[in-house]
Amino acid sequence: MKFRLVKDLIAKYLSKSLLILSLSVVVLIVIGLAMKSSPLLDNVNLFHILTEKNWSPQKGNFGFLPFIMGTLWVTLISLVIAVPLCILASTYLVEYASDRLRISVLPLMNVLAAIPPVLYGVWGVLFVVPLISDWIAPIFNINITGYSVLAGGIVLAVMIFPIMISIMVEVLHTIPKELKAASLSLGATKWETIQKVILRKARPGIIAAVVLAVSRAFGETVAVLMVCGNIPKVPQSLFDAGYPIPALIANNFGEMMSIPLYDAALMFAALLLFVIIFGFNLISRIILNRLEEHA
Amino acid sequence: MHAHSSIETKETQNIILPSTPHMQIKDLNVYIEGTHILKNINLDIPNNSITSIIGPSGCGKTTLLKTLNRLMDDSKEVKVTGSVLVNGEDIYAKDAEVTHIRKKMGLLSQRPFPLPMSIFDNIAYGPKIHGERNKKVLEQIVETQLRNVGLWEEVKDRLDSSATGLSIGQQQRLCLARGLAVQPEIILGDESTSALDPISTQTIENLLIDLKKDYTIVLVTHILRQARRVSDYILFVYNGKAVEFGKTEDVLINPKNPITQQYVKGFIS
Repeated sequence: MKFRLVKDLIAKYLSKSLLILSLSVVVLIVIGLAMKSSPLLDNVNLFHILTEKNWSPQKGNFGFLPFIMGTLWVTLISLVIAVPLCILASTYLVEYASDRLRISVLPLMNVLAAIPPVLYGVWGVLFVVPLISDWIAPIFNINITGYSVLAGGIVLAVMIFPIMISIMVEVLHTIPKELKAASLSLGATKWETIQKVILRKARPGIIAAVVLAVSRAFGETVAVLMVCGNIPKVPQSLFDAGYPIPALIANNFGEMMSIPLYDAALMFAALLLFVIIFGFNLISRIILNRLEEHA
Repeated sequence: MHAHSSIETKETQNIILPSTPHMQIKDLNVYIEGTHILKNINLDIPNNSITSIIGPSGCGKTTLLKTLNRLMDDSKEVKVTGSVLVNGEDIYAKDAEVTHIRKKMGLLSQRPFPLPMSIFDNIAYGPKIHGERNKKVLEQIVETQLRNVGLWEEVKDRLDSSATGLSIGQQQRLCLARGLAVQPEIILGDESTSALDPISTQTIENLLIDLKKDYTIVLVTHILRQARRVSDYILFVYNGKAVEFGKTEDVLINPKNPITQQYVKGFIS
């Protein structure tokens, strides 16, 4: 057989096996997490620990609700802040801004994306937390330290700006010029065209951008744990401290391992995070498919 | 219809004589990124007839068309001098309102671009933007315009489904109906049949011929046979200059200018 053809075959099977190898890592992680957390599940009811509010490992109480709610609060707050801002920022960049501005802003976004999370955490501690305790909370007559889910949400929002804006800009660039021209030539203003035509056409892409950003937000650890207080209680308001799942793992892993079932509980937290992110991606995939069918 | 009543009132004021061309182009120059694209164009576009702009690709015919409804303004780095008068009003005047100007002109682009909404909403989009809220009126407009383009029978049972589900020929007719729904006075077509099959092309051509009794129509085409089939007048553009303008037969059969002669005979393209 000719050597060239052999090389071709080798390349094919090599890349195939590398692909399988990298995918199997994910599967192995899931299996590992499941096995490690099984001692906990052997002892307590799954439904019970997911809905239990009380987290006191010393007494054998493993309630995960505070962490699940902490994660949801922080993520939701960051989305409420980031999504509208990013949609408006990216439409401005694509539809209104001059070429020069666009060309100079987009690389800046990449710089923002490359800043290590711990710096965002420091910024949060030095700026966002005092902002909340000294300025925002007094408006509502509340006296707090500022370490809260709101602080976590704000820091996280700023952290997901770059990825969200750059994906949304890409999405808006794919909208054909002629579609805009069609709307404009009917006498629509630019803003009407953006609202009713461009953003509607871009909806699947915008949702994809949000999904990617959320997946990142769920897992973001360091910056959030530095500012959101880390008290294992279900947050009742924006100003309450929260304790997201990644922070739980990062703060406690490797410590206090003498407590029975503690490491199994942390492994279960990791598994939970994995399941939440996986489920979220699955649901958004289904929504996207629906939208694309209707588009 | 709005369009016609507004002309009549102006006639009674003796501002515009009935014979005044709908659209006049005066000393028009267009520069894109510093390049001189259109050079000193002067033209009166005859009312209620089809004028075809022909010429080799890159000669500036699409630019000329887009200059007529100020779509060129939208791209950056474009400088326009001279004037385009619609009913005697300069659309390049400083106080001219772009949305108002564009409403007067329906644009039919190269490929159909239905808006990302239902068939009904595609037609109702324009009237809604210009303030029509009454559902009954909107339904009436949608039916009338879909009938105008011969699409009503084909789509009346699925007005609420997405416009992208239509065939490309149907989409192009939908886009024409969408343009007519804002009651323009002028229809601009930019190689509007170039993406269509022969039968859809014929449908669109026949529609345009029908519509010229109510509208002034300007088409850009690179197909000489099409220009011959549909147009009453032809403008030959070469290298950004209006080389020859006249009745279709005159320009295509007895062109005066040697460049037109060569183009019509197929020596340059």
